Amino acid sequence: MNDNGDYIIVAEQVNKTYPNGVKALRDVSLGVKKGEVVVIVGASGSGKTTFLRTINQLETVDSGRIIVDNVEITDPKTNLTKIRADIGMVFQHFNVFPHLTVLENVMLAQTLVRKRKKEEAKQIAMEFLTKVGIEDKKEEYPTNLSGGQKQRVAIARALAMHPKIMLFDEATSALDPEMVGGILDIMKQLAKEGKTMIVVTHEMGFAREAADRIVYMDSGKIIEMGTPEEIFDHPKTDRLKQFLSQIL
Amino acid sequence: MNRKKNTLFWNLAFFAVIIGIGFFIYRASLKINYTWNWRAVPSYLVYKAQHEIDSPVNGVVEGFKDGELSVKTIKGKVIYVKVEHPILKIGAVVNAGDELGYNASYKPGPLLMGLYMTIKISVVSIVIALAIGLITGLMRISENPLLKNLSTVYIELVRGTPLLVQIFIVYFFIGTLFNMTRFIAGAFALAVFEGAYIAEIIRAGIQSIPKGQTEASLALGMNYFQIMRHIIIPQAFKRVLPALAGQFISLIKDSSLLSVISLTELTKAGREVVASTFSPFEVWFTVAALYFVVTYGLSLLDRYLERRLAGDE
Repeated sequence: MNDNGDYIIVAEQVNKTYPNGVKALRDVSLGVKKGEVVVIVGASGSGKTTFLRTINQLETVDSGRIIVDNVEITDPKTNLTKIRADIGMVFQHFNVFPHLTVLENVMLAQTLVRKRKKEEAKQIAMEFLTKVGIEDKKEEYPTNLSGGQKQRVAIARALAMHPKIMLFDEATSALDPEMVGGILDIMKQLAKEGKTMIVVTHEMGFAREAADRIVYMDSGKIIEMGTPEEIFDHPKTDRLKQFLSQIL
Repeated sequence: MNRKKNTLFWNLAFFAVIIGIGFFIYRASLKINYTWNWRAVPSYLVYKAQHEIDSPVNGVVEGFKDGELSVKTIKGKVIYVKVEHPILKIGAVVNAGDELGYNASYKPGPLLMGLYMTIKISVVSIVIALAIGLITGLMRISENPLLKNLSTVYIELVRGTPLLVQIFIVYFFIGTLFNMTRFIAGAFALAVFEGAYIAEIIRAGIQSIPKGQTEASLALGMNYFQIMRHIIIPQAFKRVLPALAGQFISLIKDSSLLSVISLTELTKAGREVVASTFSPFEVWFTVAALYFVVTYGLSLLDRYLERRLAGDE
């Protein structure tokens, strides 16, 4: 596994069929380099979210393998908790912990998983809460926050673990329109700082601006892959052309 | 303004109905041939116990001052003895061991002792039942067939048989096997019974927490026990608190069945008092009131906790 060069994520021939018979992934192969920002686009049901979730094994695979940071995460013997701590994930529905304050949300996994002392965890939590712009809400419970604020907490919570990779699963889809821009700005900032990111999104403006590479998926398959210019300005396949014509 | 008036009217109507029912019961009770004797009841809750104070020496009672009796020995030495109620006159001759008088103190009567036993065994049972319920509740949602089936069998068996029969089985069979005392056997039987219901409450509570909470925790690298301990159970506990409180109240009431294995809890104590006073009505009303005080107290505690925990939602 040492010959992955500078690829931090390698997926090889990944297949997955859901128990209801839907083929979610068909021979998906993808390599992501360190510091690269990969945006996955495609219609609903194209398998993009499923693929993202296989990268930290929230979703198991039927065949194929995925190697993250030189660890084969699809191997049943792999200690998942360890590698998952290095993969930050931001969800469509935020999934902040409602029974904890904003600060506690960001501190908990640091103390439990990273074994940081309370003081250190608090300091790191405040650093990232400031970065996402809600340090003044640190004592609030999530119920008192707007959707955009909850998503900021979720991003800070993931970043505070100092992950090597960040996964964004339609992070702006459940937000009110006026909240979307702020979250996308944070994501663009992270991309600029050189974070390795895989982003599933419907925000084509973000994809064009922040992506190093865009992956277009349809019915569980990667149809086309390339730079934003190649994908948006010179699509090769009919399916991508049709997809673009529907959303742009 | 109008609406306020309306609630006032209906509140008054409520009190009228309650008073009406009370009056009806009172009138009905006059018709039966029964002599009410409420005066005997307080002494079964608290009574004044007397204990004898004896003279430590041979001598003559010399005086009584500030609750102390002075006894002068033959050798002329004066000894002071604390006695609240002396029965001897000054100048009386006493030998060592003769009664000088008595002291009185308040002691809990049989009903209060019974209540104490009911509370004690309920608290012990609740703690054990919570542990059983938590473990079997988690086993029930486990994907491991061994754990899942074991907990299902336990829950179905316990819920499908009467508590009274279970108490007999635990006391006479398991209790004999392991040489259990009445208290241990009783607490164990209650805990096993209520544990099955608590397991179902906890299972429902855990399953009501959205899957995203577990997924977010997994994504952060937390393990199963960390997720349960820090994320799922605290949230589930809050949701099932009312059901749990109801189950605890049931447990306290169900503890009355332990009187069948001669555990002197409140109900057994009530039966004993009835046997010696022949005042069944007064005693059973008193016993009912004592149960109610405890269960209503628990109910208020539950409401208080619910309000406090509601802060973050």
